[in-house]
Amino acid sequence: MARVLLNIPRGVRPGEVITIRTLIQHRMETGYRPGPDGEVLPRDIIRRFTATYDGAEIFAADLSPAIAANPFLAFTLVATVTGPLVLRWQGDNGFDQTETREITVAP
Amino acid sequence: MRPAPALLLLAPLCLSAAAQERRSGFQDMARETQALQQDDTANPGMLWVLEGEALWNRPAVPGGQSCAGCHGNAEATMRGAAARYPAWDAASGAPIDLAGRIMQCREARQAAPPLPRESADLLALSAYVAHQSRGAPISPPEDPRLSAAREQGRALYAERRGQLDLSCAQCHDDNAGRRLAGSTIPQGHPTGYPLYRLEWQSLGSLQRRLRGCMTGVRAEPYAYGAPEYVAIELYLAQRAAGMAVETPAVRP
Repeated sequence: MARVLLNIPRGVRPGEVITIRTLIQHRMETGYRPGPDGEVLPRDIIRRFTATYDGAEIFAADLSPAIAANPFLAFTLVATVTGPLVLRWQGDNGFDQTETREITVAP
Repeated sequence: MRPAPALLLLAPLCLSAAAQERRSGFQDMARETQALQQDDTANPGMLWVLEGEALWNRPAVPGGQSCAGCHGNAEATMRGAAARYPAWDAASGAPIDLAGRIMQCREARQAAPPLPRESADLLALSAYVAHQSRGAPISPPEDPRLSAAREQGRALYAERRGQLDLSCAQCHDDNAGRRLAGSTIPQGHPTGYPLYRLEWQSLGSLQRRLRGCMTGVRAEPYAYGAPEYVAIELYLAQRAAGMAVETPAVRP
């Protein structure tokens, strides 16, 4: 399991626009670099990130080899109801990690 | 109003000119990189701190002792510890840096296989322990047994080396604050190690940074863990005494 840092606001009011910030530990090997033996290192990157809020996909990103190690992704959403925010990173070599956090909306 | 003239007289005595002008590399970074370091949910170094916390509480070998088994809660017991390193090690009769101490503790007391220098686990443990000293002033021990190595470090810092024939002092003392190509030359205070360097895309130790500078002037670097590095670390800690620990710092 890769380590993850998440910043999800608390004490959210209905209709408020909040920023979700995510950071995940991943080496993001490009597939273009030669290793110490001169052979090209196989690509190992995160390919796709998706965020699902209360069952609906609200944000997704396709990641490419040019993206730095330990990718940082931030996006905004309109907090409407109390519900789970499911964050999922999928990548090469079967990399698949899901983190779930509850967004609590109270007037 | 009477104390004012006395204070004015005392102020120049308290702080030497050099001490007043000391700057952490943090102050010379772009605003965006500073923001990255200051936000614990955006600072990539915190990923290693989290990993280190897990390693601290887990037995080093199955059925063995964990770091927490002896040292307890690191947030209390390790507060300020990293700020006092490198320190004197009675067992080997030589100065030892923080990573060296963790390696030694692991081998001698936890009976676990040694962690190589610059391995992910050693960096994570060093970052976790050093993170407990964040904000504490760097306080090199006044142990007289350290002075020989510290003097060696001072000499190595001033010694020209490599095909470019440059010493550390020529950049980091004589030309600090000026630019080397696109980047500002920092004063070289080791305030935030191990730190996350954007160029490395990873956490790295002060020894890795020193090796980078040595290959940069086309000198042959010492092997990881060499006593020369510990000597330079001792001198740098003395030079940065009183500056706040920032671990895990972020640098460009």
